[in-house]
Amino acid sequence: MSVITVERKILEKNDEVARQNRELFANHDLFVLNLVSSPGAGKTTLLERTIESLKSTIKIAVIEGDVQTDLDARRVAKYNIPAVQILTRGGCHLEAHLVREAVTNLDLRGVELLIIENVGNLVCPSNYDLGEEMKVVVASTTEGEDKPLKYPAMFRNASVLIINKIDLLPYINCSLTALRDNALKINPSLTVFETSCTSGAGIGAWCDWLVEHARRKPAS
Amino acid sequence: MHELSIAQSIVDIVGQYVPPEQAAAVRTVNVRVGALAGIVPESLTFCFTAITAGTPLAHAELAVDFIPYRVSCAACLTTSPAEPGLALCPHCGSAETTVLSGTELQVVDIELNSISTEHV
Repeated sequence: MSVITVERKILEKNDEVARQNRELFANHDLFVLNLVSSPGAGKTTLLERTIESLKSTIKIAVIEGDVQTDLDARRVAKYNIPAVQILTRGGCHLEAHLVREAVTNLDLRGVELLIIENVGNLVCPSNYDLGEEMKVVVASTTEGEDKPLKYPAMFRNASVLIINKIDLLPYINCSLTALRDNALKINPSLTVFETSCTSGAGIGAWCDWLVEHARRKPAS
Repeated sequence: MHELSIAQSIVDIVGQYVPPEQAAAVRTVNVRVGALAGIVPESLTFCFTAITAGTPLAHAELAVDFIPYRVSCAACLTTSPAEPGLALCPHCGSAETTVLSGTELQVVDIELNSISTEHV
């Protein structure tokens, strides 16, 4: 018997394309976010509120990832911003090469902020680097306070947590404190925002943070 | 359920080391999967078997070395297994921890049956 030593990362091909994406984004001075959550946490609605608030302040482009339909790209395209839909056709996550292809179909001139909305899934997208600056995970109050403990990898790999649907707290059995504490047990360095896309609560603070970070030039 | 695309990536990596004419000699592909990698070992081996069926790798076994999640703590200077993903030290509760293992997702090596030189 003979043994061939390999010692290679299984996802190195994706990581390499992600590195190329990161380089491309840096060349365009783009601040890029990878927006992740379970299905129905409110990613697209949060995106709509964000675009509404920031449209006159900062130029935004969006890549929408879904298993099927271009419904989300149409929702954000209504705001007259560059938007492109990736269909994974069964795939449970976006991969770096899909983002690279999508970027070639986007007019990035003048764009400062690119938001990639991943497929709704709290497991698989955590493994795949897309070349983003950071992952933003959305957890809604209706999902319950234990999601960070049940899906730790996603919360560990994210830099920002948005706790959404806080307007529903009076009607459901979810402790905002417990949800936040559970997330911080997984990742103590998370920046946390609490939002409601219905009442508009917290959207302003989130948008201020976005503008500040999108305009902050990278150290390199 | 992204074990299928992970299995395909493993097959692609094997293909970079083993030429097609030797693929049938691959006995075992050893991989390392961390507890926090989001991969179910049984699903991964199932997917590997499914995509190699009918190919020269059909008889190759995928052996998964499942690596537990362990953290070391700078506050109480202990090293211990912890609930996957938890950043807090299970001993003292400090957040000054470093993850030692559990995030691995690697191909370690490939074992081949010896090919008798007379058949080459």
